[in-house]
Amino acid sequence: MTPLRPDLRIIADAIPAGVRALDIGCGDGALMAELRAQKQIDARGLEIDGIAIEAAMAQGLSVVQGDANHDLADYPPDAFDYAILSQTLQTTERPDRVVDELLRIAPRAFVSFPNFAHWRVRLALLWSGRMPVTRLLPVAWYETPNIHHVTVSDFRTLVEEKGIRVEDAWYLSGDKPTSDAAAAWRAEHAIFLIARA
Amino acid sequence: MASLLHEIQHQSVTIGTPLPLDSGQVLPSVTIAYQSHGTLNADKSNAVLICHALTGDQYVASNHPATGKPGWWARMVGPGKPIDTDRFFVLCANVLGSCMGTSGPASPDTATGAPFGMNFPVITIADMVRAQAMLLDRLGIARLHAVVGGSMGGMQTLAWAAAYPERLASAVVIASAARHSAQNIAFHEVGRQAIMADPDWQDGQYYASARAPTKGLAVARMAAHITYLSEEGLTEKFGRRLQARDNKSFGFDADFQIESYLRHQGLAFTDRFDANAYLYITRAMDYFDLAEPHDGRLAGAFAKAKNVRFTLVSFDTDWLYPTAESRRIVQALHAVGAAASFVELSAPFGHDSFLLDVPALDRIMAGALGGGW
Repeated sequence: MTPLRPDLRIIADAIPAGVRALDIGCGDGALMAELRAQKQIDARGLEIDGIAIEAAMAQGLSVVQGDANHDLADYPPDAFDYAILSQTLQTTERPDRVVDELLRIAPRAFVSFPNFAHWRVRLALLWSGRMPVTRLLPVAWYETPNIHHVTVSDFRTLVEEKGIRVEDAWYLSGDKPTSDAAAAWRAEHAIFLIARA
Repeated sequence: MASLLHEIQHQSVTIGTPLPLDSGQVLPSVTIAYQSHGTLNADKSNAVLICHALTGDQYVASNHPATGKPGWWARMVGPGKPIDTDRFFVLCANVLGSCMGTSGPASPDTATGAPFGMNFPVITIADMVRAQAMLLDRLGIARLHAVVGGSMGGMQTLAWAAAYPERLASAVVIASAARHSAQNIAFHEVGRQAIMADPDWQDGQYYASARAPTKGLAVARMAAHITYLSEEGLTEKFGRRLQARDNKSFGFDADFQIESYLRHQGLAFTDRFDANAYLYITRAMDYFDLAEPHDGRLAGAFAKAKNVRFTLVSFDTDWLYPTAESRRIVQALHAVGAAASFVELSAPFGHDSFLLDVPALDRIMAGALGGGW
């Protein structure tokens, strides 16, 4: 078995056992399978890509084909204890509304995203004057699914404005953790655990 | 033809308990023909019920006694197959109202000894499911590992989850819907009118005569068959190609390959199906609307089914029961918090895709039945 992506590893370790969880943009269900095996969590998934869903369903995971932009509305309030949105926020049409939806269907949510203010991204833009293409953001501007690039500071501001609590946060530089204070520059990846105020 | 059909012996049980029907009528006793594969385990926990489609039957994985052809889902059901008969006790019963050994309009009315014909009560999908539950009671199976069905079989599967949620762990619904749409009803009405317009139909009392409404039934099948295919599939398979000729005949022979194909499909169907059964079963499908008893709220039908694991699959070329119908079911399942999986698969065969070679469906089926729970 391939090891979990580092941000998913952090979420899998942090989430309490036995809770109800919805993994939005669950891909082939790698995190869901881990939660099932290690945390006795009967997770549900939402994914847009049919091939990925088929792979998840072949493992007996409960994944529904749908779109984080529109189909979260189908879930009743408090349907879950935790919503999980990993590396998907920056691809949504209105990330602010998606965050609202996460905390409507669950009191807590894990949100992970690539930090657009990582120093490599800043330098690339500064020196070349062109949209950065980096290890974490490997696709040119015209074909990237990341239509709403977001930085650690942007996200902190957004949740503050919305009166959302940040219960925990993890920052990754490569696969290694980096400190809170340095995150705005050094984090390639951020994972937030947010909660209703 | 119909008389030949009724000379076939089927494995069946006759249950003397009255079967109450949605119409308010009661069948004093019911015969249910069924086939099984695999072995029921000691605690009777490995039973999988397969529900067949409109013109299907219980010969899901064994050769058809009338046509000699392999079972209609032999590619899906068998040792080592996605519905693995080495693991599961697989059961498939001919539906109520049909013509392969289960009580239907061609069965003798115990009161008169003559075939029911149109005196057979109108039945519903829920009635079919009620009869299947009686069969399971007879076999001592309290709870099913899964109920699986495509098309009308999917409707029965949904009706199972609504009526007996505590009796199934998992429901697999393929290329189906929770209600018949106006378009669905319309196509069925064309078929029924074709049968009833055939002078050989004789108000449904053709069993004792030498004539049966085979022409009407064939036309009904031709119209329905078109709805099972996709335009893309038809174009690819037939295009505008002519049938065994170089030029148009300027007449009304089957000039085009598609005409010849449909005529063959229609005719072949009359060898294995009873016209009255076709009327009754299409009626049952048209009456199907799982939300109706719940003021149009589909979630109401699944209120007690939140512990059932649902798997739904639609096909992108299926215009008979399109993806939107499956999505509607998924929304209702979300509302009650039931575990649901859903994917639209890409396959060129239209509605019939659920019966054909779609490897993704095989993998999904194996996952739905075998998953870690």
